[in-house]
Amino acid sequence: MNGSLAMVPQATDYLRVLPEIVLSIFGMAIMFADPLLKERPPRTLGTLALLGSLLALAATWVQAQYPGFAFWNMVRVDAFSVFFHFLIVAVTAVVILTSFEYMEVEGIRAGEYYGLILLGAVGMSLMSSAVELVLIFLALEISSIATYILAGFRRRAAISSEASLKYFLLGSFATAFFLYGVALMFGATGSTSIQVIGAALSSFEVPALAYAGIALMFVGLAFKVAAAPFHIWTPDVYEGAPAPVVGFMSTAPKAAVFAVLLRLMFEAHAPGRIGLIWVVAALSMTLGNLGALVQNNVKRLLAYSSIAHAGYLLVAFAAVPDSGIPAAMFYAASYAAMNVGAFAVVSHFSNAGERYVKIEDYSGLSSSSPLLAAILTVFLLSLIGIPITGGFIAKFYVFSAALQSNLVGLVILGVLNSAVAAYYYLRVIVVMYMREPRGEVPVSAVPAGMGAAMAVSLAATIYLGVLPGRVLDYAGRAVAEWLH
Amino acid sequence: MLHLVLFLVFALGCVAGAVNLLAQRHPIDSALSLVVVMGSLAGEYLLLGAEFVAAIQVIVYAGAIMVLFVFVIMLLNAGVEERTPGSRVALLLGVPGMLIGSALVVWLLLERSPTPAVAAGALPGPPQTIAWLLFHDYLLPFEVTSILVLIAIMGAVVLASPPATTKKES
Repeated sequence: MNGSLAMVPQATDYLRVLPEIVLSIFGMAIMFADPLLKERPPRTLGTLALLGSLLALAATWVQAQYPGFAFWNMVRVDAFSVFFHFLIVAVTAVVILTSFEYMEVEGIRAGEYYGLILLGAVGMSLMSSAVELVLIFLALEISSIATYILAGFRRRAAISSEASLKYFLLGSFATAFFLYGVALMFGATGSTSIQVIGAALSSFEVPALAYAGIALMFVGLAFKVAAAPFHIWTPDVYEGAPAPVVGFMSTAPKAAVFAVLLRLMFEAHAPGRIGLIWVVAALSMTLGNLGALVQNNVKRLLAYSSIAHAGYLLVAFAAVPDSGIPAAMFYAASYAAMNVGAFAVVSHFSNAGERYVKIEDYSGLSSSSPLLAAILTVFLLSLIGIPITGGFIAKFYVFSAALQSNLVGLVILGVLNSAVAAYYYLRVIVVMYMREPRGEVPVSAVPAGMGAAMAVSLAATIYLGVLPGRVLDYAGRAVAEWLH
Repeated sequence: MLHLVLFLVFALGCVAGAVNLLAQRHPIDSALSLVVVMGSLAGEYLLLGAEFVAAIQVIVYAGAIMVLFVFVIMLLNAGVEERTPGSRVALLLGVPGMLIGSALVVWLLLERSPTPAVAAGALPGPPQTIAWLLFHDYLLPFEVTSILVLIAIMGAVVLASPPATTKKES
């Protein structure tokens, strides 16, 4: 606990929030550069944002060299937080790459767009290292408000404003639940520090108020990860928001909220964890997959699929910490890789005004653009959970962690759901490979930035599927360091 | 004894204001009920010994934020709320639900909580203590708030400005 007695923050305090500092500086620099670079194409600002996220990635490495608490026990840097920092910042960089093309096609205000993505990433990465509920709440709000605004960036599409408003209203409601939960938890344990709460809840008889606090906080956080029964907003928001933004908000903020949930559930010894998770995981998997079966819009289909995936991931939360937490971490990483990739393809294919987002539009993509079809197929196979992709290993570890913890019912439900899910992902693949191409759908060449984004996601998906050892080892060590 | 009487007066004022806020059908009446809630809360803070928080509550919430509310209501020219079949159902289900919910919270607080009640005047009240908390223990959340505000401003700019035209159109 270096520096906890000092009057002013020490150098190590700042080093432990270095990625956040780098991201904030670049977020603000973009706002300053925006009026100066009015004549330049939006690509210039995008490059600046990309540079910022890559530097933040380097800053994460620096941060990892200084594990410990910072700012008087507000922030804890450990392997667990570094894992999520790396994941969130990497997703940010890839999403910025996928946005280059979209910005030019759609004519979106680039300064605010990239600024919000970087500043939103500040909140998300802070969530993964914050160990104090007040700071977690602020970071959660930064990440949420940034995504509410980003959802409304297609200013000429009414559906986008609708998405933004719906997300904002329902999201604020969920935040109020979270805040009330924090207040009750403070009432029950006298502290907002997760460590102190954990000590209080494990030492003496758990006060009933703590159950209410955890339940309310869980409602707020479950809304943010689109877990059923708090998922109603997801399809509409994903349909209306710009495609690269959906790739962003279905992965990075979710990973951050899962990091908070992991700290809350395991470090704070949340009472009633298994029952709560059981119900929400079962509902999310079932409702998500059943909803996806009847969708014709690819973005809505992926929205329901993200609800289902939140359900699979939550299964790991009901397991014992030693196998459950690494499984959840790995799942978050592999879901991010495949989903960002899938939305990169959707974003490129949808064209100006997002005209082509129906499943039928993908007819015969294998003959008009074999490479694009092949890339999308890999991501969809990974979302199903077919071997040699990250999705398979992720599901395998989640379900085996649940089996080790005797959650047989939940595992059976999960496996049945995976079978149902295969149907609607395969439907897209069948349309791409078996149908005649539709002449009126143009498929433009993939620009360099988008190509790089797809390549990175593809490489990450395959890497996590073929050589998952290093990531799993790292996650395992992170948990060992964190809880023992 | 005096504390208890004062507490009850402010508490009743607070709850009555909150109920009235929901019951009123004109937004201005609701906003004015909110002033009662905020003012009564300030009284409660004062009783706990948090005089600085009480003053801030009056200045910021009952003062500045309420003025904003009233301005927004005036600018939007919001009229009397209409009753629809849906709102009647919400009323029928909402009122019992609210009563059950608050009874549950009261029961939790009274019966199953080991935390002792906070004595009157027990909280850290003077500005120095608040400042120490704000600029030392909670320095990072305090600084992070500025990013939150920055994002909110950017959001207002983006969502309120007219849609940018593409290169082809201009």
